[in-house]
Amino acid sequence: MAKVKTLDDLRKMKDQLKSKISLRENGENPESMVQIKVSMSTCGIASGAKEIMGFFVDEFDNQGLDAVVTQTGCMGYCYAEPTIEVTKPGEKPLVFGNVTTDKAMEIIEKYIKEGELVDGIIPDSYETIE
Amino acid sequence: MGKFKSHILVCGGTGCRASRGEEIVENLQAALQENGLHKEVQVVRTGCFGFCEKGPVVKMVPDNTFYVHVEPEDASELVLEHMVKGRKVERLLYLDPETKERISDSKHMGFYKKQYRIALRNCGFINPENIDEYIARDGYAALGKALVDMQPDAVIQMIKASGLRGRGGGGFPTGLKWELTRKSVADQKYVVCNADEGDPGAFMDRSILEGDPHSVLEAMAICGYCIGADTGLIYIRAEYPLAIQRLKTAIDQARDYGVLGNDIFGTGFNFDVEIRYGAGAFVCGEETALIHSMEGLRGEPTVKPPFPAERGYKDKPTNVNNVETLANIAPILLKGSECSVRSVMKRAKEPRFLPWPGRSTMWGLLRYPWALPCAKLFLILAEVSKAAKSSRPCRRVDLRGAA
Repeated sequence: MAKVKTLDDLRKMKDQLKSKISLRENGENPESMVQIKVSMSTCGIASGAKEIMGFFVDEFDNQGLDAVVTQTGCMGYCYAEPTIEVTKPGEKPLVFGNVTTDKAMEIIEKYIKEGELVDGIIPDSYETIE
Repeated sequence: MGKFKSHILVCGGTGCRASRGEEIVENLQAALQENGLHKEVQVVRTGCFGFCEKGPVVKMVPDNTFYVHVEPEDASELVLEHMVKGRKVERLLYLDPETKERISDSKHMGFYKKQYRIALRNCGFINPENIDEYIARDGYAALGKALVDMQPDAVIQMIKASGLRGRGGGGFPTGLKWELTRKSVADQKYVVCNADEGDPGAFMDRSILEGDPHSVLEAMAICGYCIGADTGLIYIRAEYPLAIQRLKTAIDQARDYGVLGNDIFGTGFNFDVEIRYGAGAFVCGEETALIHSMEGLRGEPTVKPPFPAERGYKDKPTNVNNVETLANIAPILLKGSECSVRSVMKRAKEPRFLPWPGRSTMWGLLRYPWALPCAKLFLILAEVSKAAKSSRPCRRVDLRGAA
């Protein structure tokens, strides 16, 4: 039995399937969307960075938000793991420490969606050598 | 089940497979399993990335890390370092021959920088054996749009306006060819896809068929709708086993989904595709010879006219298009005839494949705008080959077939 009987079927199908490859499409131009880097070194993983990363991936998917979640090495804030760095398009990156799932939710709802700052920001204490 | 947080794209083109690409996939899967990541990281076999000289190519997304010359033995290190610890494996990154720096994102490589891809849009991006991924990339939407919202003449007008020309070598305006075949009156017509690709060293058609077979099937159906044909035939050389296998898979999936077969999109339009094998005779890439070969006759060209558009396969009007030509059809319908216009040139504006085989350090598939003046193209290629520190710098650009 044919699965696609009308053009609408195809469109519905496309919308459902889109999430399967959105990861790849978003990866093509990450600058245009919210990027989250999760520090995934031994200290981060031990404090639950994996769960936090999974939480972000699932939550963005549930809410249909376009974002790129990647992992990175130790950022050096081992006292405040799990740490994440959030970069909104055209803005400076912000680093959040001691991120729990509740905190992650707050970051999504308040900072990413509304642009409000939330507690837990680790101030810039370094400069990157280009 | 949680969502995959990363994809590992492994090139599944003939070149990379010959360099043990399949083993890389198996080893990556085993390593992921070992590290408990098999539910978080998906390994995907894609089509050709184009940078064949650096194969096998493995790309990690979403962070777009492009690993080159990967060996199956590297799989566990890639998983342990990149996926578990989040560190890039420096030694497998592309080494920029000019600056001697490792580049991780393919966007910044000289090889890809100036390219512009339409026919190769899905190659190295989707799994060619999965119709779902093609549909997610707007696959079959052009066919739907044509069948439901457009008259055949309007579609032909659009193709004409795009300036698309036959990519097999003749350069005949595609829209005009479709129009001529449409005007021929007959009870039966045929759409033929020429996948004979006999030029020595050429592999652009093979890369499309291996990397994005559905784009060809979709375009054949659109062509069938425009000219009034219900049967498509793909003439492909038997030396392309992987392309044949992926085409067969694609045809089965398309039939299963109902985008090939009877009453497509409920419009009453019927179209199906069959594969015909060639024995690999160079001359059978010429359309009249190709048609004779399909008829079971000796593969010899005959004098035109009559053109295949009037009397072709089994003496019925037949529209023969090259693989690469067909791969350009869907984007033109979806994005408009202007989608391919990147320059102010009036004719043949769409980008053109440049297979770059042979003894160079940069060989692979590249795409540049077709209307690029020769001198400019030469300069770009010279720059690319110089940057590659090739022992054989670019001295000449051959615009004919290699034969």
